[in-house]
Amino acid sequence: MSAKGRIPNWADVTLVPLTSVLLAFILSAILIWAIGESPWEAVKLMVDGAFGSSYGWGYTLFYATNFMFTGLAVAVAFQARLFNIGGEGQALLGGLGVALVCLYIPWPHWSLALLAACAGAAAFGALWALIPGYLQARRGSHIVITTIMFNFIAASLLGYVLVNVLRPQGSQDPSSPRFPSEIALPKLHEMLALVGIPFSRVPPVNISLLIAIAMCFAVWFLLWRTRLGYQIRAFGESEPAAQYAGISPARITVVVMLISGALAGLMAVNSVMGEQQRLVLNAVEGAGFIGIAVALMGRNHPLGVALAAILFGFLYQGGAELALWTSIPRELIVVIQALVILFTGALDNMVRIPIARMFARRGAG
Amino acid sequence: MDVGTLVQVLDSTLRLATPLLFACLAGLISERAGVFDIGLEGKMLVAAFMAASIAFVTGNVWLGVLSAIAVSVAMSLVHGVAAITFRGNQLISGVAINFLAAGITVVIAQNWFRQGGRTPSLTGDARMGRIDLPFAEAVRDVPVLGPIYHGILSGHALLVYVAFLCVPLTWYMLTRTRFGLRLRAVGENPAAVDTAGVSVIGLRFAAVAICGVLCGLAGAYLSTGLSAGFVKDMTAGRGFIALAAMIFAKWRPWHALGAVLLFGLLEALANRFQNIDFFGLAVPVQAMQALPYILTVVILAGFVGKAIPPRAGGTAYVKEH
Amino acid sequence: MITAKTAYVLHSDQGMTHPATEPMRQGTAASSPFAIELRGISKAFGPVQANKDISIRVRRGTIHGIVGENGAGKSTLMSILYGFYRADSGEIVINGNHTEIPDSLSAIRAGVGMVFQHFKLVENFTVLENVILGAEAGGLLRPSLAKARGLLKDLAREFELNVDPDALIENLSVGHQQRVEILKALYREADILILDEPTGVLTPSEADHLFRILRGLKEQGKTIVLITHKLREIMDVTDEVSVMRRGEMVATRVTSQTSPTELAELMVGRKVLLRVEKPPASPGDEILRVEGLRLVDAQGVERLRGLDFNIRAGEILGIAGVAGNGQSELLEVLAGLRPADGKAWVRGAPLPLSGAGSDAQSRRALRIAHVPEDRHRRGLVLNFHAWENTALGYHHDPAYNPTRWKMDNAAIIRDTESKMAAFDVRPPDPQLKASGFSGGNQQKIVLAREIEHGPDVLLVGQPTRGVDIGAIEFIHQRLIRLRDAGAAILLVSVELDEILALSDRVLVMFDGRIMGERMPDKTNAQELGLLMAGMA
Repeated sequence: MSAKGRIPNWADVTLVPLTSVLLAFILSAILIWAIGESPWEAVKLMVDGAFGSSYGWGYTLFYATNFMFTGLAVAVAFQARLFNIGGEGQALLGGLGVALVCLYIPWPHWSLALLAACAGAAAFGALWALIPGYLQARRGSHIVITTIMFNFIAASLLGYVLVNVLRPQGSQDPSSPRFPSEIALPKLHEMLALVGIPFSRVPPVNISLLIAIAMCFAVWFLLWRTRLGYQIRAFGESEPAAQYAGISPARITVVVMLISGALAGLMAVNSVMGEQQRLVLNAVEGAGFIGIAVALMGRNHPLGVALAAILFGFLYQGGAELALWTSIPRELIVVIQALVILFTGALDNMVRIPIARMFARRGAG
Repeated sequence: MDVGTLVQVLDSTLRLATPLLFACLAGLISERAGVFDIGLEGKMLVAAFMAASIAFVTGNVWLGVLSAIAVSVAMSLVHGVAAITFRGNQLISGVAINFLAAGITVVIAQNWFRQGGRTPSLTGDARMGRIDLPFAEAVRDVPVLGPIYHGILSGHALLVYVAFLCVPLTWYMLTRTRFGLRLRAVGENPAAVDTAGVSVIGLRFAAVAICGVLCGLAGAYLSTGLSAGFVKDMTAGRGFIALAAMIFAKWRPWHALGAVLLFGLLEALANRFQNIDFFGLAVPVQAMQALPYILTVVILAGFVGKAIPPRAGGTAYVKEH
Repeated sequence: MITAKTAYVLHSDQGMTHPATEPMRQGTAASSPFAIELRGISKAFGPVQANKDISIRVRRGTIHGIVGENGAGKSTLMSILYGFYRADSGEIVINGNHTEIPDSLSAIRAGVGMVFQHFKLVENFTVLENVILGAEAGGLLRPSLAKARGLLKDLAREFELNVDPDALIENLSVGHQQRVEILKALYREADILILDEPTGVLTPSEADHLFRILRGLKEQGKTIVLITHKLREIMDVTDEVSVMRRGEMVATRVTSQTSPTELAELMVGRKVLLRVEKPPASPGDEILRVEGLRLVDAQGVERLRGLDFNIRAGEILGIAGVAGNGQSELLEVLAGLRPADGKAWVRGAPLPLSGAGSDAQSRRALRIAHVPEDRHRRGLVLNFHAWENTALGYHHDPAYNPTRWKMDNAAIIRDTESKMAAFDVRPPDPQLKASGFSGGNQQKIVLAREIEHGPDVLLVGQPTRGVDIGAIEFIHQRLIRLRDAGAAILLVSVELDEILALSDRVLVMFDGRIMGERMPDKTNAQELGLLMAGMA
């Protein structure tokens, strides 16, 4: 009964993605070599820059926080076989939510501001995902195209709001005023100091990291411990079976997009409230798109997403160090990211078929 | 708005519409053959970089254009291998191509020119020359005809005219030739093509390759015609505007011309004015920038004439049993 | 996988009435009386052996029928001849010449044309464009279209194949679309024409028209292969007929020397009668009642043409019929998977067939359970663990949801364990993915889920398809036990033996209608076979 082309489960979740990532890294190494640098030196520099000090760790974890949120957003949607490419726009809107909450309501304490900012970020992000979700569910508009369009619409909207509404009088900069310093989020070094661990004060990593980790748990719990998650996964695995089970495709589509958009929006708590302390035009800096790579590599599982987010945090911090000390620009990371998406996402069969053959041969022999 | 300004805006509309038109027709041909392509942006970007680099190094813009086409077609083939050969997700492949382009152009530009991910400015023969249409000078002062012919239509780079020529060519190819018939058929029902004894894979690769050529021209014009050199991320979402125009045009060449002219006009207006006074209503520049995308969503939602993509679009062909 | 079975080849040879008596004249092309000879064709799709060592000969200038139930392998065999699939082994001889047919182009060159069951037409192209696609006269369309227009006019006159050459396919009736497919083949100068279930989508008058066309083509010397499961068509139009069953060729007959009864027997096969320990039924109150049930599908074809029936508590109502005559649609309508017109009642209360309250979840709330025909597509999520599949459709069950949010996975797993024990599922591992179980055990997982919730009505489709012998017996016993517990059971099966063994009453469906009702102990396979073939 064993059809050829089956891969054992453990290999499917480890061997296949690792092979894909390995291929991406090999090609990147060739690129580094081709532009006259040493791949080995580059790797050493990146590892040292990202993990060699608490300063490096701090930045790595800061980036990883962003990528966890956006990665989870893409992963949740993927669980329902929806490709939400609009994390970027949803995070931008999340930033707007954070800014409004922080600027217009006087908060007595950062903790209350944080809760409200989370609510604002999630609500605005969810709203921005709701429209494409609704259009997909009720009008059959392709969600990939609508979410792309909504990224651009979000950028224009934010530009308008920053220039015409939030920008302080006399300022040339299209950005909001600074948030009150009382509601600055506690940084990781302050939190670690409570338990006596010294940590660099420079990196912007903050309490949002804990929220991101909590969200990984929450998404895991949602997907594998609740009725809603059960319905999402059943719908994603097989629409006919979901229909048989009485699960409404339209309802699941809308709900999943709301959750996905909220997660993407939450990213702004880390970047806008945690780091910049004000809303700027490019607050998201492509993290919404990196979420795609993170989700693909993490096989749409929160644990995988967390690990992949740290890997990409490492790449971003290591890449920054690389750009500082060598002639390799930061954009190398974008190349690696693209190759990871290409191999884990689009060329999946290219990696999978030989691995399946290998197992078939071993099984036969 | 006085006549002089109007002529300038329309003149710049044509220039801004040119890369959109190439890319829009590129996407149109690929999608009519059933291969979704959201990687137009990336292909344009590598082409823009390649055109500027080679034009700078050789001092010959046309060598730049040729290498732009070559590199863009190569990217197309990567998409083809992923989408057609390995039946991978066409959308994810397109996303990957966009990032690949965004990253690799800067990495290589930095390595080659060490100017922070840009190419040096192009001058002389390394830039696309402007062509004066016959009798442009002669009719210059004729009322109405003068501003239109001399002021708007004349004095653009060759590729502008090529782009507009591509519209009837694409239309003719799709509707009047054997290749076009098969290409449209493979995007609607590949099984019909397969059972008629024609290779589905061959047709789709051909379409993807043509898409690469057109994206190559789009990018080349961007860096050597519209601008004088490559800068990081210089496509700035034009690939997606082209995608929007393609949907807006419902995958039809002549409508595509209309859509890119509209979107080009919006861009020209946004470049020139901060706010447009529209019947007493001040329309902010951001609204003009967002308008192409908003219009596309409205069309996609089917509120005004539903856009129906080619029926077999986005899916690899697998024989059913 | 499966080795060549010599016995079947012999069997098939015995079945052939005259080719065996006529010496084979091989070698010179023109002298062969056979347009098509297939020798030892085998084809597997993954683990499914669709064709097993099939040999068949089709005389030139005849209409040759191939009959068999759905899934017997008829379409696969002919798709191999047309180069749509490649055979794993075997050879193809056309007009006496050994011919390699790796793709459709080779088949077209060899003079083979095929009209698929699902038309291979480009919907938003005109008739002319579809006809010339792939057979254009040159790089430009205009001359090709002009040439095709002329030829179409001739063909239309000659064979009653009238179609507006400039009409879009999507605006044509299915009957006309089929003519376009035939025109496509004729335009390519095919002299062997294969038609796969051509009347499945046609009205009776359209079908008659088609047969007139086919006879006309035969008179012009064309060879026609007609794949169908309808015996009336075979008797009406063919010269010879070959019968396939479960991927094998079981017999070939001269049509005038056989009878529908014989063909029905050959199609269904004379198997050892299943024996089911079955106490006599003691039907109680009416549970389910259906009146005037009608269903028109997306193509505008009427799939259910006004059904009336009822089922009482403690009764199994069997629906017999060749697959594709509306049984699947009936199940889906009753299970809340597609809306339909008509009236229905459960325990006397109206059951909405469309709109609010007609979804699958509402059906379960009314204690209507459903074991779907296609467990891989609907009944199970193959990538889910066994325990997750146990909750499918019952995920709102309070026993699985002690609190508002959290689903009690442990409770579901415990429940799955007990269900697995009760239904002897092997291996009894709730954590194994559904795809990891054998067909019989997958079916037991579905049955356990649907039966153990104690339904009042159970809708069952093909309960033992792809299930091993041991499991079949077990599944049958469970259905009887559920009946005796007072449930009303609607059993749809293409296995006549199964229907006869389990049912207390039998309805025969043909072409969306109920052809008749029989009591299983007062009928036999032959009578039902004729009803199933629409020959009442």
